[in-house]
Amino acid sequence: MTIKLGVPSKGRLMDKTFDWFGARGVSLARTGSDREYAGAVEGVDGVELVLLSAGEIPRELAAGRIHLGVTGTDLIREKLPLWEQQLEEIKPLGFGKADLILAVPNCWIDVDTLDDLDAAASAFRDTHGFRLRVATKYHRLVREYLQENGVADYQLVDSQGATEGVVKNETAEAVADITSTGETLRANHLKILGDGPILKSQATLWRSRVAASENSDRETLKALLAKLD
Amino acid sequence: MPQKARIRARAALLRAVFEKAGASPVETSLLQPAEVLLDLYGEDIRARAYVTSDALFGEQMLRPDFTVPVVQMHMDHGAEPARYTYSGEVFRRQEQDLSKPNEYTQVGYEVFDRENPSAADAEVFALIQKALGTQELRAATGDIGILKAAVAGLETTDARKAALMRHIWRPRRFRALLDRFSGRSPVPTTRSALLALDAPEDHDFVQIGLRSRAEVSARIAVLREDAKTPPIAGSQVELIEAILNVRQKLPFALEHLRDIAVDMPAITEAVFCLKDRIEALETRGVDVASLEFEASYGRTSMEYYDGFVFGFYADGRPDLPPIATGGRYDALTRVLGQGREIPAVGGVIRPGLLLELEGAL
Repeated sequence: MTIKLGVPSKGRLMDKTFDWFGARGVSLARTGSDREYAGAVEGVDGVELVLLSAGEIPRELAAGRIHLGVTGTDLIREKLPLWEQQLEEIKPLGFGKADLILAVPNCWIDVDTLDDLDAAASAFRDTHGFRLRVATKYHRLVREYLQENGVADYQLVDSQGATEGVVKNETAEAVADITSTGETLRANHLKILGDGPILKSQATLWRSRVAASENSDRETLKALLAKLD
Repeated sequence: MPQKARIRARAALLRAVFEKAGASPVETSLLQPAEVLLDLYGEDIRARAYVTSDALFGEQMLRPDFTVPVVQMHMDHGAEPARYTYSGEVFRRQEQDLSKPNEYTQVGYEVFDRENPSAADAEVFALIQKALGTQELRAATGDIGILKAAVAGLETTDARKAALMRHIWRPRRFRALLDRFSGRSPVPTTRSALLALDAPEDHDFVQIGLRSRAEVSARIAVLREDAKTPPIAGSQVELIEAILNVRQKLPFALEHLRDIAVDMPAITEAVFCLKDRIEALETRGVDVASLEFEASYGRTSMEYYDGFVFGFYADGRPDLPPIATGGRYDALTRVLGQGREIPAVGGVIRPGLLLELEGAL
């Protein structure tokens, strides 16, 4: 058997992950054509590279179909409520840093805190007859956060991409999204609420607690982790 | 007998008790329109109920409780007064705790009656206590109406009272608002900066989204008004705290609340209601001297209860949720009644938990 390592299959996250492992003597590479999701591992024996969408890595780890995986803290927390039982956090990788934040239009000069948001939501519902809409793809995290902070009269609407544009398009009044520099938010006339991020995220190496492994795999895992340390 | 069949059999026995007390059996759909529940509970319900959808009916929820559909049914075409009973499964989404069931049986009894609310409260409590049988269960009771009356009676603006009232069921935010309004917590720097400006509305930000410039101005006017309002007196905050801390056997709690009412006459009426309820409970043969009363009971996770609230707990089994719960929900009938309303009170028993306690499962 081999140890399966799940890595994001494209973009900067893949490149940075390859660099990070490379700097520690484990070379990861995509093989075949550009469109083929196959990979190769050199520098350690018995490890197989599985290229996956970053969003699928939490599920694959939780199901034990991969032993190790690289993906953001945000996706793990959103998709796996019981993540601590299913996964072990091996190492934050120091890149892919981003915050899950709540943002509202700049022109809402009266709203800077959750307290303000709650009051604005109450008035909004009275005026418009429906709850203030917050667009996000992080439904669970955002709902828990707002519930914990006692914000009422809002609703979440799903937005899987271009979330910053929803306010201008009038499909939502506020957004909860991941941002690293805040530039896209600013370009879309949005500001971040001052209560601090909902979650700080970065690319992290995770180990599945449920993936089946033989004795030889445990040796392989030990050797690999020793190299990465 | 397999588990489900045992639970169903026990549910039938409980329902028979309720029918004998004069309730008509009713059924409700498993699939409930999500819109009604979302409108009532807000986004929080999505964390507690299973949502499904199709292209024709839109979003539907797997029945998270019976109260809402039973109230709707009564408000649509019920005769008055009415007593209903039902039994069936409810579904609760679980994300944090695998040991909690996501589907279980409830048997309920609901009373819609304009006469004598105290008697109706006592009727529901006593009947549920009787139906629970010989099990040694500890009853907890409370009364949201007292806290509501106290908030309504605060010497401050209607805007502040409305803000507090809106968060009665969210203790953390309620506390934060009370601290803010009484000057115990500082005004956020962003707010004082905004209010320090002569013309905050003169800015260069692009106007985007549905929330209009006028709505922003309206809120700034509210904030200005609030900044001019004197803080709620410390003595008033202490009275609210004193009420929230009442946790005694019922007769002592009543005395304690009467003392508080001397300084806060606004709760007098609500305290009289409590007294009437105690008498009604006694008339029903309930041992009120050993009954616990906690003024803050039912402030979390039971948002539609707005008066009497109760729960029955198995003392040796802290791992189990309450075996039975209930309360008064007059406001819910107003929300669902589209202009009509009727005082209503009810409760549910979980027969599966009863069987578990009896060691029969």
